[in-house]
Amino acid sequence: MCVHCGCSGESHTTLLNLATGEAFAMSHAHEHEHVHADGTRHAHHDHAPTGQNVETIDARILAKNDAIAATNRAWFEGREILALNLVSSPGAGKTTLLERTIRDFHKERGICVIEGDQATSRDGERIRAAGATAVQVNTGTGCHLEADMVARGLKLLKPGFGTLLMIENVGNLVCPAMFDLGEHAKIVILSVTEGEDKPLKYPHMFRAAALMILNKIDLLPHVDFDVAAAVANARQVNPNIGLLQLSAKTGAGLETWYAWLRNSASSCNLSV
Amino acid sequence: MHEFGITTRIVAIVTKAAHGRRIETVTLEVGALAGVMGDAITFCFDALTQETALAGVRLEIVEIPGLARCIHCDALFNAATLLAACLCGSRQLSWVSGQELNIKSLTYLEMV
Repeated sequence: MCVHCGCSGESHTTLLNLATGEAFAMSHAHEHEHVHADGTRHAHHDHAPTGQNVETIDARILAKNDAIAATNRAWFEGREILALNLVSSPGAGKTTLLERTIRDFHKERGICVIEGDQATSRDGERIRAAGATAVQVNTGTGCHLEADMVARGLKLLKPGFGTLLMIENVGNLVCPAMFDLGEHAKIVILSVTEGEDKPLKYPHMFRAAALMILNKIDLLPHVDFDVAAAVANARQVNPNIGLLQLSAKTGAGLETWYAWLRNSASSCNLSV
Repeated sequence: MHEFGITTRIVAIVTKAAHGRRIETVTLEVGALAGVMGDAITFCFDALTQETALAGVRLEIVEIPGLARCIHCDALFNAATLLAACLCGSRQLSWVSGQELNIKSLTYLEMV
């Protein structure tokens, strides 16, 4: 690593030429010159740290998010709300699974939904049409939900005691893994129209999830998806991950999902 | 691109901690398994601080290597990725280090 600016050297971005097998670490592209607030301009290597004037602050960068997430978690616990954070790549079937779950499970337990998307309220409207109260969070340029968005959503939703709160995150297998929302568990949805190697390519997400739902299993006869390999890959990243297989479209396997919900709700001291 | 949001937090924390003093260097600790790219933070930091009091401040990123303890046999070993396994074959690991995302210290141009 460049000791002056902290860039490159041990960069994690690598390029691999698949024809030749050559691997390259990407070098940094930004200028090594900068302008100070007083207008002086020079290469920042010109002034090495003196070792003096150093103040140790040991500040956790995500402390604010984590503090709000802890508040959310306490809020859920006090109301015996089971909060689940649904994550997947775009198009894996999060909203369809929620629509079906609302139709089948809503009589058993009230369901509220916080919908996260970069833009539009399409998913929120689908959830409302299915019969649940919903808040749509549009993150604009943001690629994930953060704990304060959920806190604000809760103020609008006002979920009642013992509610099942579904948080549908922005479709993205990278960034949502890092942000605690105060949820009881992250649930990652993988559809059989994706590759079975997704858990290996996005290990942070599959590591963070308590449950993997394999969706669209009705399409298995038509696609080259190796279920056993997908499960093995997920377990390689996270030996403790739970697994369900279902089709939100046909309803196959949904009873196992509802049983999982009942079991998780009872662990939140909910009477089901 | 969660590094942009993370860098926004860095700028906010540093600005508050500095109390108007001129900063030369911000030293970050970033775990090798934290899911954050140091280069992307540097890029965002440069972009976010243009024409602010933090313009030109140098970011020093200290990478903290991944260290895991095997829950099965208690071995302690370096884990370069989340796909690491213990020599005993177990993947039941507790992570000792490598998940850090901290602002370690600030170096000022004037005496503190």
